[in-house]
Amino acid sequence: MMLAENVVELTIASQLEFIDLVTALTDNITHMVGFDDEASYWINMAVRESVANAIEHGNKYDPQKSVDIRFTVGVDALRVTVRDYGEGFDPHSLPDPLDPNNLLNPAGRGILYMRTFMDSVDYTRHAESGMVVTMTKRRMPKQTDEGDQRQDAVRN
Amino acid sequence: MQLEIKERTVGDVVVLELHGRITIGEGSVQLRDAVSNLLNSSRQRIVLNLEGVSYVDSSGIGELVSRYTTTKNQGGQLKLLKLPKKIKDLLMITKLLTVFEIYEDEESAMQSFK
Repeated sequence: MMLAENVVELTIASQLEFIDLVTALTDNITHMVGFDDEASYWINMAVRESVANAIEHGNKYDPQKSVDIRFTVGVDALRVTVRDYGEGFDPHSLPDPLDPNNLLNPAGRGILYMRTFMDSVDYTRHAESGMVVTMTKRRMPKQTDEGDQRQDAVRN
Repeated sequence: MQLEIKERTVGDVVVLELHGRITIGEGSVQLRDAVSNLLNSSRQRIVLNLEGVSYVDSSGIGELVSRYTTTKNQGGQLKLLKLPKKIKDLLMITKLLTVFEIYEDEESAMQSFK
């Protein structure tokens, strides 16, 4: 029997060294489900940014706190959720990195990149603790997807 | 090592040839240290050649911005050379393309200091 969705889960400690492990898995999954190289590159980056945020800002590098990553390969889209165990935050309260006053800030661009490269990015508080970010990328024919990436870059 | 940095001097301009990744953690720290060392020894005309950089994340972009502002605040100049397309895309998305002086070839970068 064919499953409608396939799920791959991974839990890492709050150490930056593990980000490469997550992105290597990301590359395997995106190529396996048929995203082209361009789309895979940017999905890789969105996942990298979300996991780095979870380690740095969510768990604050606490070695006792993990980061849970779940890839759900659906018929129409790839969905990636990343959960941390930190105190949580209000995503609407973050400074706009495109505000002229913030352009030269050293940090604060990660979520903008995630929103640019994925079709949707949603933050929710987990019922117990921490934040869960859910990102989706539609599975599209190769040519159309490349066009989307180019349009994304130009649009921004 | 995430990032390999080779230093070269052309007149009074220092060219840092970067190879590898500028990402959160090691790569960003290596870039910060390399530029700080130059500024500490009063070498304030700096070109970062990014041709050999294969990957940059938001932390790496932030590091480029920080090195640019630190150098400028100390009276120096930091310019970028040979940006790979994906780094250019990341700078464009965050409206940073016009912040940096960016050159396609080294001769033009050198001329800009005169």
